Amino acid sequence: MGLEYVRISPGFERYMPKDYVDLVNYGPFGRQVDVQQLGQFKELVEEHPMCAGCFMAYFIRIFYAALPNPEDTIVIGTAGCARLALSQAAVPFVYGNYGDTNAVASGLKRALTIRFPDKVKDVVVIAGDGGLIDIGFGMTMHSWFRREKFTTIMVDNEVYGNTGGQESGMSPKGVQLKMAPKGKQFDKINAVELAKVAGCVYVAKLAPTNPKRIARTIRRAILAARHFGPTFIHAYTSCNIEYSIPTDKVLEDARKREKQDFAFYEWMTDEVREYFEEIEKQSQEVKV
Amino acid sequence: MPEQRVVDADYLLLEAPRERKFITGAQAMAEAVKRANVDIAIAYPITPQSEVMHLVGDLWAQGYLKDYYRAEEEYGAMSAIAGAVRGGVRAFTATSGPGLLRGFEAIASWPGHRIPAVLGVLTRVVNAPLSIQPDNIEIAYLLNCGMIVLHAENQQDVFDFTLAGFVISEKVDVYIPVAVCTEGFFVTHAKGYVNMTPEDMKLPPRDPYKAPVPPTDCEIPPARIQRDAPVQKSNFMSYLIHAVWQQEVWASNRRAMKYIYKYLGGPIEVVNPDAEVFIVASGCAAAQGREAVRYAQMEGLNVGLVKVKSIRPFPEKEIREVLKKAKAVIVPEHNIIGWLAREIKATIPDNDKVIGGPRVYGGMTLPVELIMEKIYDVFGIKKERKVVV
Repeated sequence: MGLEYVRISPGFERYMPKDYVDLVNYGPFGRQVDVQQLGQFKELVEEHPMCAGCFMAYFIRIFYAALPNPEDTIVIGTAGCARLALSQAAVPFVYGNYGDTNAVASGLKRALTIRFPDKVKDVVVIAGDGGLIDIGFGMTMHSWFRREKFTTIMVDNEVYGNTGGQESGMSPKGVQLKMAPKGKQFDKINAVELAKVAGCVYVAKLAPTNPKRIARTIRRAILAARHFGPTFIHAYTSCNIEYSIPTDKVLEDARKREKQDFAFYEWMTDEVREYFEEIEKQSQEVKV
Repeated sequence: MPEQRVVDADYLLLEAPRERKFITGAQAMAEAVKRANVDIAIAYPITPQSEVMHLVGDLWAQGYLKDYYRAEEEYGAMSAIAGAVRGGVRAFTATSGPGLLRGFEAIASWPGHRIPAVLGVLTRVVNAPLSIQPDNIEIAYLLNCGMIVLHAENQQDVFDFTLAGFVISEKVDVYIPVAVCTEGFFVTHAKGYVNMTPEDMKLPPRDPYKAPVPPTDCEIPPARIQRDAPVQKSNFMSYLIHAVWQQEVWASNRRAMKYIYKYLGGPIEVVNPDAEVFIVASGCAAAQGREAVRYAQMEGLNVGLVKVKSIRPFPEKEIREVLKKAKAVIVPEHNIIGWLAREIKATIPDNDKVIGGPRVYGGMTLPVELIMEKIYDVFGIKKERKVVV
């Protein structure tokens, strides 16, 4: 339905909540906002209960500013910190059960394709390391094997933050966390390589140090998923609470990790690369 | 495939001509899906259910369905069903025993998510020790999740309950999923006569906007605005919201009863309403109970049958009324715990007259003679056991 979906019926402007009117008048619907304009437009997510200094909250804020088609986007999440912010955005959000995101997204995307074959309806999963790589591992992998056309974004804080700081498969080896009282016994799982092997057509890994690059990566992942197949972004979004990172040091920590194991990495199939070259020639929108 | 035309749901279920075929229960379920204008089916193998989803896969290959795939496992299948139904399409899947339990976290959340869909439950033993035979203990797990639970006696019931299941499930004042249960093998792999509606007629497509909860498709204004999820607002808000929502789920479940009357002729069937002693049974046990009533009549004993078609909503009022004057109530079952006997005992005031059993489990057959022994007991008839070697 696109913009009709957000438009206010004539005469109702003064009765609609202020938030809604502001979103219609000053929000990102129907236009591409630049992430560097944050603060100059009504954002899709504003209030949230995430901890002070949470880098995941920052990433999610950029995510919503980067959506290429917010009026026709559905976000899917699962238990964990991310959904605390995702559930408060002005974009439909589905919270199913534990670790089921990629199965729910498979059914939803297929249903939307059946009902709206000629419309763009973007489905995006944003879930944590626990949701996607531990409890939801099978469903994450199989959605990729089946070549389901949606984007999966892992906001990796390397811990079960929302349940009180337990080890996850993405925690680095040796780190002492709850349920790992002697330190984690095995390596951080290589999610990016798994995604490539499982059939993702666009895979990226980043630490959120460069907002413009985050936005471009998110847009690319969503555009590639529309046309070619599953796409995956592995984003480092530190947990400053469980990893005891002082609030004013979270960016410093992200930069440090970027130099270690979160250097920006982008991989795509040849046909996706050709597609980006084509559209980036035509538009400034996803220009490198 | 023949060209199918959409006909009114009431016409298809209540008036359309029927043709008699001799088919298995699995075929009967697939034949109902064929006529139900289903958009997507998601399959995962488990014995004895697989046959149903093979046949439904063939329907997709022939063009009756728009999408179909074999999922990674039941939790994935049941979650994807939820996603598809939220996206506004009509969806179907089926499972058995351990598969039901593996998918159960997702299934148990369907009513709360207001997911109208039909789930075939072709019962078998829940491990362990392993057996794949038709024990129906898994129905006990379904009873408390909010779903509508129908229990089919035979191939005809499977066809009728499945086709009507889609219609009941999508009623605006119901809008929760329907489980159509029947015993694996005894019904799924055995043939019986089924009167079926014409192959060239189908239900109207699902209208996802005729709904108490809109689909998630970015098509219905107003757009969502920023708001809190209940659980993070406060614990008080989260339990309040959960409480009122679940009350509505169970109220929806009860509201389905009028449609069970309309489309399935009511939640119970009574044979010999003036009987002195009643057998109350569901599924295959009802078929054996029917035989026991016939045996008893031949011996001049006044025995009747209450077949319970709808386990949720449970026909409390109806069962209390029928059993008011009964001297004894015999509840034969295909499971060890006797979930139906518990339901009956919780329903009637003078429940010391309920005889829980005979019960067979592990997937054994239920010989009519076992039911007859209970009947002789309540009539005080002493019979010599004949042991044939």
